[in-house]
Amino acid sequence: MRPEAVAAMTAELERVGNASSLHASGRRARRVVEESRERVAESLGVRPSDVVFTSGGTEADNLAIKGLFWSGRDADDSRTALAVSAAEHHAVLDPTQWLIDHEGAAVCFLPVDSTGRLDLDGLRECISEHASQLGLVSIMWANNEVGAISPIAEIADIVRSRGVLLHSDAVQAVGWVDVDASLVDALTVSGHKVGGPLGVGALVVGRDLSPTPLLHGGGQERDIRSGTLDVPAVAGFAAALEAAVSTRLERSRAIAALRDNLIARVLDAVPDAVLNGPAVGGPTSGGPTLGRADLNGSGDSALRLPGNAHFTFPGCEGDALLMLLDAAGVECSTGSACQAGVPQPSHVLLAMGADDASARGSLRFSLGHTSTARDVDELIAALTPSVDRARRAGLTTVPAGA
Amino acid sequence: MRILAALSGGVDSAVAAARAVESGHDVVAVHLALSRNPASHRTGARGCCTLEDSRDARRVADTLGIPFYIWDLSGRFQAEVIDNFIDEYAQGHTPNPCIRCNESIKFSAVLDRAMALDFDAVCTGHYARLIDSGDTRQLHRSVDSTKDQSYVLAVLDQQQLKRSMFPLGDSLKTEVRREATERGLLVAAKPESFDVCFISNGNTAAWLTEKLGSHPGDVRDAVTGDVLGAHDGAYAFTVGQRRGLGLARPSLDGERRYVVGVDTSTNTVFVGLGHLLDVDEIITGEPRWCGGAPGEHFEALAQIRAHGEPMPCDVWSTEDSLRVTLHTPARGVAPGQSLVVYDGTRALGSGTIDSARRRRLAALDSSPLSTATPSTSV
Repeated sequence: MRPEAVAAMTAELERVGNASSLHASGRRARRVVEESRERVAESLGVRPSDVVFTSGGTEADNLAIKGLFWSGRDADDSRTALAVSAAEHHAVLDPTQWLIDHEGAAVCFLPVDSTGRLDLDGLRECISEHASQLGLVSIMWANNEVGAISPIAEIADIVRSRGVLLHSDAVQAVGWVDVDASLVDALTVSGHKVGGPLGVGALVVGRDLSPTPLLHGGGQERDIRSGTLDVPAVAGFAAALEAAVSTRLERSRAIAALRDNLIARVLDAVPDAVLNGPAVGGPTSGGPTLGRADLNGSGDSALRLPGNAHFTFPGCEGDALLMLLDAAGVECSTGSACQAGVPQPSHVLLAMGADDASARGSLRFSLGHTSTARDVDELIAALTPSVDRARRAGLTTVPAGA
Repeated sequence: MRILAALSGGVDSAVAAARAVESGHDVVAVHLALSRNPASHRTGARGCCTLEDSRDARRVADTLGIPFYIWDLSGRFQAEVIDNFIDEYAQGHTPNPCIRCNESIKFSAVLDRAMALDFDAVCTGHYARLIDSGDTRQLHRSVDSTKDQSYVLAVLDQQQLKRSMFPLGDSLKTEVRREATERGLLVAAKPESFDVCFISNGNTAAWLTEKLGSHPGDVRDAVTGDVLGAHDGAYAFTVGQRRGLGLARPSLDGERRYVVGVDTSTNTVFVGLGHLLDVDEIITGEPRWCGGAPGEHFEALAQIRAHGEPMPCDVWSTEDSLRVTLHTPARGVAPGQSLVVYDGTRALGSGTIDSARRRRLAALDSSPLSTATPSTSV
């Protein structure tokens, strides 16, 4: 956790007080919550009353998808459809699938291009055909696997101009790219992804909207999300978010430079490795010229999250490579969801058009604020022997009958 | 050494891995996902590879402080164990899926992958001992005779045995459970697994009917050929079986009748009195020697099922088959079962049973009964 978050949290852990209570300690806790709400709102460019604290990103996504679908349908019974990108996180995809299975919802799964970015023509087509039936469109601000950043301003223009609500899961984006929550109707943020505590997050949702609650009870958080707030977690979250957003430019630039170095050296060490996701380098990479675009106030022009590098290593199984790199002290991720305890090929890569084998042979290297040039050196040193070995192992494990 | 420890989520593999760690090896754990549609929870002593087992395995690795991975071998397990099991039953054989799993999954697919990933050996919780004698690594029974699993490992050759590690072979199960408790492993009290792991309710006949369909046929007297009853599919019957025959007429003398032969080509189940099951000559397919072929003819002990008694015998070996003559006749020898040849506690090798017969029948000496092709005897 960020030191600011640890300090804010530990200060609250030593005090008592239920922010829902009216006595003195309750009032004090309430003040901490409201000040935290103001800090979160300020960091995201919205009003404090728009911020609904939740137990994290997954709850916020569920509240947006199910809550706004239900409330929209209650207000207008022709709104029985929603549209989500095919590359969304499971916290969006799974509640969407649940609405299909249990509420008879109709869904457009919006295509992404080969770099993982939303296909805007696909979105336009869906909107032009179904605008009056759509209760909600949900497009992630940045993709957690391949780092693709969505053109949210353009998307908002297409969606909101037709009177359709737009939600964006910005869990991966906040603190790394410029997130202006006022561009969308609802936005998901998570505490631990900005260097705050686990188990806290927020759904930013305008006062004019009242998503149907997932949790009913004491009426906290505008009656949208009942439950006693975790005051220390809320305070830590707000402190972390504020710090992440205020230091965003310099951190993004430094991490992007490190990441570009990593990509160049990986492609040098393993010439047939394939970089998945949007291109890097030049003005779009968060490299040297990124700063000026940002300083000019024209927003972040990068196509890819600065800390994300994602490769396919042909002939390797991601699992095997991960195991070998882990043994060499390099931590990475296959980016695949564990379904039923068994790693499955990533739905994001499949949505980008990858075949099963290359989806399985993929690895993500994530750089964060603790990453150093030495980490990259260690990765490069371990990579070539690991890839060679994983290729040999791959030959032994061609699944029978598959 | 770099050791790959297979963790099933049970107590044995957990203690085996713990011992490997304690011996100073560099240990990495894998849990093998063998089912494509794992159940959430284990029901009693049956089934395996549930999500609960996978979580238990992960907890063991966390407790031991070693890396943990899940390897998806469900495709190979389906093709080489489950489909093989169905095919064998469809041919009227009685296969042992644990042996197939050891030979084609655990000590083949997993072992090969482990070697390719720079491991030196695979460690499992099997109850068997490995004893190095000169250049040969011998496979021996475990000291706990009630848990001994050398029978299901006797398909392994030198290459495989030399890359295997069975840390529990010198221990009693009771000691292993106690050790698991002392080590703080939460699986210490988990029930034993029995039966076929992929048949979750233990009802093999119903499971086979679901896979192979219903094929009504006759139940005939093995001696007279008379039709005595009907069945839903000859594949579901095993030589030596007594229950589930559903015969309306008792035998003339009121004695129990058994399945003495299954002919899937005519979909016929043959039944007869118990003495028809007595055999003293068994023929197997190609022998698999754990440590080189021992010779063309030798005396040994034969075991024909996982927890069967070792039986004194003479073995005649060729490249293609074993002929085993039992010094005392045995009952319930079914094609498809494995015959393991022992020298004392040492497992020499194994062969899959093709046929068995009685060489010298006291009462019916003119009708040698082959359990593989019983129709020829009636």
